[in-house]
Amino acid sequence: MFRVENLSKRYKTGDHALKNVSFSIDAGQVVGLIGPSGAGKSTLIRCVNRLVDPTEGSVFLNGRPIARSGSELRRARRRIGMIFQDYALVERLTVMENVLSGRLGYVSFWRSFARRFPQADVEKAFALLDRVSLSQHADKRADALSGGQRQRVGIARALEQDPELLLIDEPTASLDPKTSRQIMRLIVEICRERGLPAIINIHDVALARMFVDRIIGLRAGEIVFDGTPDQLDHAALTAIYGEEDWAVIHNENAEEIETTPHVVETDHAVAGMA
Amino acid sequence: MTSTTVSPRRWKRPPLLIQDPTLRLVIYGGFAVYLVLAVASIEVNWTRIFEGLERGVRFIQGFLVPDFLTRARDIQQGIIESLTMTLTSTVAGIILSVPIGIGAARNLAPAPVHAICRSIVALSRSFQEIIVAILCVAMFGFGPLAGFITLSFATIGFLAKLLAEAIEDIDEGQAEAIRSTGAGWWQIVNYGIQPQVMPRLIGLSLYRLDINFRESAVIGIVGAGGIGATLNTAMDRYEYDTAGAVLIIIILVVMATEYASGHVRKWVQ
Amino acid sequence: MPVSTLNGQPVWRHRTTTRQMAVWAGWFALVALTVFCWQEMNRNTMWVFVEDAPQQAADLITRALPPRWSYLDRLWLPLWDTLNIATLGTLLGTLMAVPVAFLAARNTTPSAALVRPIALLIIVASRSINSLIWALLLVAIIGPGLLAGIIAIAFRSIGFVGKLLYEAIEEIDHRQVEAISATGASRMQVMDYAVIPQVLPAFAGMTVFRWDINIRESTILGLVGAGGIGVQLESSLARLAWAEITVIFIVVLATVVASEWVSAKVRKTII
Repeated sequence: MFRVENLSKRYKTGDHALKNVSFSIDAGQVVGLIGPSGAGKSTLIRCVNRLVDPTEGSVFLNGRPIARSGSELRRARRRIGMIFQDYALVERLTVMENVLSGRLGYVSFWRSFARRFPQADVEKAFALLDRVSLSQHADKRADALSGGQRQRVGIARALEQDPELLLIDEPTASLDPKTSRQIMRLIVEICRERGLPAIINIHDVALARMFVDRIIGLRAGEIVFDGTPDQLDHAALTAIYGEEDWAVIHNENAEEIETTPHVVETDHAVAGMA
Repeated sequence: MTSTTVSPRRWKRPPLLIQDPTLRLVIYGGFAVYLVLAVASIEVNWTRIFEGLERGVRFIQGFLVPDFLTRARDIQQGIIESLTMTLTSTVAGIILSVPIGIGAARNLAPAPVHAICRSIVALSRSFQEIIVAILCVAMFGFGPLAGFITLSFATIGFLAKLLAEAIEDIDEGQAEAIRSTGAGWWQIVNYGIQPQVMPRLIGLSLYRLDINFRESAVIGIVGAGGIGATLNTAMDRYEYDTAGAVLIIIILVVMATEYASGHVRKWVQ
Repeated sequence: MPVSTLNGQPVWRHRTTTRQMAVWAGWFALVALTVFCWQEMNRNTMWVFVEDAPQQAADLITRALPPRWSYLDRLWLPLWDTLNIATLGTLLGTLMAVPVAFLAARNTTPSAALVRPIALLIIVASRSINSLIWALLLVAIIGPGLLAGIIAIAFRSIGFVGKLLYEAIEEIDHRQVEAISATGASRMQVMDYAVIPQVLPAFAGMTVFRWDINIRESTILGLVGAGGIGVQLESSLARLAWAEITVIFIVVLATVVASEWVSAKVRKTII
C-alpha cells in the first residue's frame, strides 16, 4: 500500500506546483497520471522519492514514511524503482553496469567501486536482461543501443532494486508509437507478475487508457479526476485539459491513434491527435 | 556472452581502453617500469630540503605579509614595462596575424602562400617564448623591446593559427552567396568572411592579451624586461616579502584582465 | 536601418551617426593608448643597440653554425630528466587537480559559500603563475634539481587541469545523476557511477594535452636550476657557446614536435 498525504510544493520562483495532493494506491495497481504540461506530474513523482523536496506533506510506503534525508532516505529510495523519460542511463557505462547500478543502495562503496557485486545480484541482473531480451548486449555501452532497448535497460535497472513501488516518468515520450506500446505492455506485465504498484506519468491519454487500471488527472497542482479509464469521459477530459473536441479519444480508435505521429507534450497535445 | 551459459553466470567489467590482454599488459607494464625508473632518477637531498623549509616558511610569511613599499620604484617600473609590453605586443601581434592567418586558411589562399604562412605559424609555435626571448635579448639588448618582439612573435603562432582555423570553419554558403554577386577577392573577405570570424578574432585577441601578460611576467627572468625581472632580482636578494608582493600583483592583474576580457567577449558576441 | 536624409533624398548608412562616432572614438582611444604604451615602454631603450641588431644577428648566426654535434652526447641524460619532469609533474599535478576540480564545480562542491571560492582561488593562483616562476620559487626553497622542476610543473598543471575539469563537471547531463541518486546510491557512489563516466574521456584528453605543454615548459626550467636540458642551456648561455646552443635548440624542437605528435595520437584514440 502506497499513500500520499497533503503533498504541497512551492518552488523558490513562486510556482505552486502541487497543492495539497492526497491519494493512495493498492498493491499491484498501475496508475496513470495525466494532465497538461506544468500541471505538476513530474514534480509529484519526484516528491515521492525526494529528488524534489516537497514543501509540505508526507509519503508512506507499506506503512513506513519516507525519510527526509541522509541514509534513511537512501534506504527508502532503494525500495522505489524509477524509470525516466529519456532513459537517463549512464551512457558511457555498459548495459550490465547500468543494471547493476540498481543495487548501489545495497552494497558498500568499495564493492561498487571495484564492480564486485554479490553473485546473487549479478544473476538477478542476467535474469532481468533475459526478461527484457537484452542478455546478448550485456557488455555493450549504453549509448550503442536504440531508444527502445535503452528504455528496457532502464526498466531492468529499476527492477534490479527489488522495488516495492515503481515511479515512471513519461516512459514513452522519446519513443515511436509501436515501441511505446511494447514498453507500456512490458511495464504493465511486470507489475502484474510482481504485484507491484506503479505510478506512470504519461501525456498520451489514449495509451494510458489502453494499459492502466486507474487514472489520476492533475491540473494546476490539484487532483481533478480519479477513476477508472472508462470513467474518463468528455467532462473529465475537459476538467483536466480544458475545452476541446475530445471525440477521437472518446470513440477510441486504436489503429488510427497508432498511425498518428509521435505527439509532443503541449497543452494541445491530445487535441492534436484529432 | 552467450545465453547458453550455465548458471551461475559471472560478470566482470570489460576493460576500458585496450581489449587485447597481452597488449594491455605490455602497455601498462611498460608504463609502470617507466614510472619506477623515472622516480628513481630523482635525487632528493633531504638535508638541503630541510634547510630550505625555513626559507619556505619565510617565503609564505612574505606572501602573507607582502612588502610593496621598500622596492616600490622597482615594482612600479616592472609593472609598467609588463603592461606596456603586453598591450603593444598584442596589438602588433594582431596586425601581423591577420594577413598571415588569412594566408594560412586553405579555402582562401593559393597553395604557395598557404605553405609559407603555415610554416611561419609552425615556427612561431614550436619555440618556447623563453627561447625566443633569449635570442631577442642577444640581438636587441636587454629591456622591454626584446620582450615586445618576443611576445609579438609568439602571438602570431597563436592568433594566426586559430584565425586560419576559424576561416576554414566558416559557413561556405555565405561566402558563396557573396561570390555569386560577382564580388572580387577583397569584397568576399570583407562581406562573406569578416562578419563570420570577427567575434571569434576579438575573443581570441582578448584571450591572448591575458596570456601575453602572464608571459611578460616570465621573460624578464632572461633579461627581456617586465615584472619578471623585478621578481628575479627580489629572489636573488632573498627579499621574499617583495617577491610575495610581486606575485600578488601578478595574480591580481591576471584576475582583472580575465574578468574584464570575459565581459568584453560577452558584450561583443 | 539607419537612414538619414541628404538634400531631401534618403541616404543609407552602415551605422547611425552616434554609433559611428562611438566606433571611431574607440579605435582612436586604442591607437592613442598603444602609441602611449610604446613610448613609455621604450623610454630606456638604447636604440644604438637596436640599430645594429642585423649585425648582431649575422654575428650570432656565424657563431651558431655549424652546430657542435659532439655536444649531443652530453644531452641525452638531461633530455631523459626533462621527460621525467614533464611526466611526473603532470601526474602529480593531475592528482592534485582532481579533488580541487570537484570542490570547485558548482554541482559537486560540498559548500558553495565556503569551499568553492577557496578551490577557485587555488585554480586562479596556479594558473596566473607560470611554471618558470614556480620553479624559481621552489629552487630557492628546496634547492636546485629535478624535484623542484617536478613540483613546479605540478603546481602549474593544477590550475590548467582543474579549470577544464571543473567546467566539464558543471556541464554533465544532470538526468544521469538524478537516475543514480534515485536508486538510493550514496554521494560517493553517485560520483563513481554518474559523474566520473561522463567526464573521464575529457579528463584523459586534457591530461595528455597538458603533458604535451609540460614537455615544452620543462625544457626551460633548468634556466633557474630546476633540472632538465635547461641546465645545459644555462651553462652554454653563460659561456656564450652558441654552437652548443644551436644543438640544444634542435634537440628541444625535435622533442616538442615528437611530444605533440604523441599527444595528438593518444587523444585521438581516447576520444
